Amino acid sequence: MELDPVLLSRIQFAFVVSFHIIFPAFTIGLAAWLATLEGMHLATGRPIYRRVFEFWMKVFAVSFGMGVVTGIVMAFQFGTNWGVLAEKMGSIQGPLLGYEGFTAFMLEATFFGVMLLGRERVSPRFYLFACCMVALGTMFSSFWIMANNSWMQVPVGHAIVDGRVEPTDWWAIVAGAVMLVRWPHMLLGAFLTTGMCIIATGAWYVLRDIHRAEARLMLNWGLGLVAVLIPLQLFVGHLTGDYVHQHQPAKFAAIEARWHSEQPAREVLIAWPDEANERNLFELSVPRLGSFIASGTWDSREVGLTDFAREDRPPVLIPFFAFRIMVGMGLVMLAISWFGCWLRWRGRLERPRWFMWCAFLCFPSGFVAVLSGWFTAEVGRQPWVVYGLLRTRDAVTPSLSGGDVLISLTGYVGVYAVLMTFGMRYIYKLLRRGPAGATPPPPDATARRPMALAGEPE
Amino acid sequence: MSSTLQPSNLALFWAGVIAVAILVYVVLDGFDLGVGILFGFTRDEAQREQMMGSIAPFWDGNETWLVVIGASLYAAFPAVYAVFLGAFYIPVLLLLFGLIFRGVAFEFRLHSHRLRKLWDFGFFAGSTVAAFVQGAAVGAMMRGIPVAERQFDGGSFDWLAPFPLLTGLGLVLGYALLGAAWLVMKAEGPLRELALRRIPWLAGGMLGVLALAFWLTLDHSALARSHLGERPWGLVFPLIGLLALVGVLLGTRRKHDVLPFALTVLFFLSAFMTLGVMYWPYMVPYAITVADAAAAEASLSFLFWGAGLFVLPVIAIYTLAVYWIFRGKTHVGH
Repeated sequence: MELDPVLLSRIQFAFVVSFHIIFPAFTIGLAAWLATLEGMHLATGRPIYRRVFEFWMKVFAVSFGMGVVTGIVMAFQFGTNWGVLAEKMGSIQGPLLGYEGFTAFMLEATFFGVMLLGRERVSPRFYLFACCMVALGTMFSSFWIMANNSWMQVPVGHAIVDGRVEPTDWWAIVAGAVMLVRWPHMLLGAFLTTGMCIIATGAWYVLRDIHRAEARLMLNWGLGLVAVLIPLQLFVGHLTGDYVHQHQPAKFAAIEARWHSEQPAREVLIAWPDEANERNLFELSVPRLGSFIASGTWDSREVGLTDFAREDRPPVLIPFFAFRIMVGMGLVMLAISWFGCWLRWRGRLERPRWFMWCAFLCFPSGFVAVLSGWFTAEVGRQPWVVYGLLRTRDAVTPSLSGGDVLISLTGYVGVYAVLMTFGMRYIYKLLRRGPAGATPPPPDATARRPMALAGEPE
Repeated sequence: MSSTLQPSNLALFWAGVIAVAILVYVVLDGFDLGVGILFGFTRDEAQREQMMGSIAPFWDGNETWLVVIGASLYAAFPAVYAVFLGAFYIPVLLLLFGLIFRGVAFEFRLHSHRLRKLWDFGFFAGSTVAAFVQGAAVGAMMRGIPVAERQFDGGSFDWLAPFPLLTGLGLVLGYALLGAAWLVMKAEGPLRELALRRIPWLAGGMLGVLALAFWLTLDHSALARSHLGERPWGLVFPLIGLLALVGVLLGTRRKHDVLPFALTVLFFLSAFMTLGVMYWPYMVPYAITVADAAAAEASLSFLFWGAGLFVLPVIAIYTLAVYWIFRGKTHVGH
C-alpha cells in the first residue's frame, strides 16, 4: 500500500492538536475559577475558599505544564508538515500564531510565576491581580488561536500577491464577524469543561464521604455556573451555525447529512450517511424542521451536498456524528446542571446517590464536546485548509514521503503515551487526595516545573 | 530568485531579532544541554545532584528562546520557516523528543526510585541528541539546502551526511565545553575540579572539529570563499575565536571562576559572526535571502508594534532578572 503523506500528516496533526487542546480547554476555565476563588477569599475571609484554591492551583499547575509541553510541538507542526500553507499563508497566519506563542510565554514568565511562588512574597491584592492577569492571559492566548482558525474558515482582509496572501485589513482579520462568534463559543466551551470537572470532583467526594464542606462549595459553584452558561452556549452555538450556513454551505449540508437540495427541508435527527451512494440509511427525520433551523422559516430552500462537485465536498460521517455528539453533550450538561440546581433549591442536592454518580460520570462531557466541536469545524472545512484559497492536499510539505510521516507519527504516539501516562497519573492522584491544608511550594518550582508543586506522587 | 532585492528596515529588524535570539538560545540552552551531556560521564550521585541544581532555575526559561526563534521565523520569514522545518523534519522531531524527555526526566527522576536510572539516562540522552541535531542542522545548512518554488526540494535524510555529522559532533563538544565552564562558575569542590580537568580536552576536540569543518567549507563552497574574499575584515572573527579559546585555557589553568565561561561565550559569538560573514544576506544559504523571505510589510509592522516593542523586552527583562536572582554559586539542599 502506498503511504499518503497528506493523509498521514492530517492524522498526525489531528493527534497532536487533540492531545494539546485537552489542556488549554481545561486551564482557561480553571484560571478564571481560581481568580474567582481568590477574589471570594479576599472578600469574605472564609478559609475554605483558600483551601479549595490551593487544591485547584496544583491541578492547574500540572495541566498548564502539560499544555506548554504539547504546545511547543504545535509551534513546529505548520512548518514541518504544512510547508506550503506556512509559506503561502504565512503573512497572516504567522503573525497570529506567533502572537499566541509570545502571549503564552510572556504569561508563563510573569504572572504565572507570581501565582505559583509569590503567595508569601506579594500583597494579597497583588496576588489576586496576578490571578486575574493569568485568567485574562489564557483567554487572550485562545483569542489568537481562534483568530487564526476563523481566518482559515472564512478568509477576510487579505489580497493575493504572487500566489501568496498579504494582509490588507488586520482589524477584519482579528475582529471579524466570524471571529466574534467563534471565540466566545470556544471560551464558553472551555468554561463549561472546567465547570463539569468541578462538579464531578465535588460529587466524587460526596460519594466517598470525604471533604464534604469543600465538595459542597464545588457543587454549588459548578452547578450554578454551568446552569447559567449552558443556555448562553446553545445560543452562541446557534450563531456559529449561522456563519457556517452563510459561508460554508457544503459543511452545513454535511453536518445535516442533506444529500439533495430540498424545499422545505427536513431535519435529519439521526442516520447512517452512506457516502458512496449519496443517501442516508436508517434515517429518522422531522419534516420542515431543517428549514427552520437553517433559516428561521418553515419553507426555505436548503442546499444539498450533490449541488457541489465531489472534489469540493467534505467527508460527511465525521462532521455529522461529531456535531450530534457535541450537541448531545450540551444537553447532558443542561440536564445535570438544571436538575442539580433544582435539587439544591429543594435542599437535598447531596442525597440522591444516583444523581451524584451521574454528576461524577459526566466529568468528560466538556472535553468530548470541545473535541467533537473541533472535529466538526475542521473536518467540515475539507477539502480546504484555507477555505476557498488552498486545498489541504496542496498544502503539505512537498519533500515529505509517506514513510517520513509514519516515522514521526509513530514517534509522537509513543512519546505522548509516556507523557500522558505520567501526567494523567499526577492529576488523578491530586484529585483523589483532595484539598488539604496549604503547603508552601518548594523554592525551586518554576512555571515549567509544575510537577515540583504537585509533590510526591506516592 | 533575485538576491539583489534590498530588505526593508522592518525585515532587517526581525532578522536582527532572530539572530540575537539564536545567539542567546545557543549560549543559554547550550550550557544547560552541555551540563546534561557531562551528566552522562559521572557516576557520582552527589555530583549529579550538584549538576542538576546548577541549571534547575534556568533551563526552562532558556528553552523559551527556542519558541521565540520559531514564532519570529514563522511570523516574519514564513518561507524560511517552511524550508527549514521541511529540510530538518527528522532533526526537529528528534530535537523535540530530546527536549521533552530531558524536561520530564528533570522532575521524574526525583520522584521515582525504580526507574531512576532510566530517567537519568533520558536526561543525558535527550541533552546529547538535542545538541547533536542542532549542530547537524547547521552543517547541512552550510552545505546548502536545495530549494524549489520556495519549498525544500530534497529528501528527509539528506542531513545525515558526513559533514553534518561532523558539525553535530562539534556542537556536542562545544555545548559540553560551555557546560563545563558553567560548572566551574557555579559549582564548588570536586565537581568544579572535574570540570576544570575536562575543559582542555573539550576545547581541543571542539577546535579540531571546527577547524576541519571550516577548511572543508572553504574547500567545498565557492560562494563562502568569495564572500570571505570580498569581506577580508571578516577573518577577524575566527581570529577572535582562536584567541578566546587560548584565554579559556589560560583561565582554566588559573582556576578562574568566570573567565572560562565568559570566553567560551565569546568563542561562540565569534563562530556565529564567522558564519554571518560567510553567508549574509542569505537566510537559507545560496537560495533565500532576507529580502526574499520577508513577510508582507503589513505583517512585519503588525508584529513590530506588539511583539517587537512589548513582548521581547519583557522576555529579555525576565531572563536577566532570573539570572540576577540566582547569581553566584549554587548550594545544593534547600
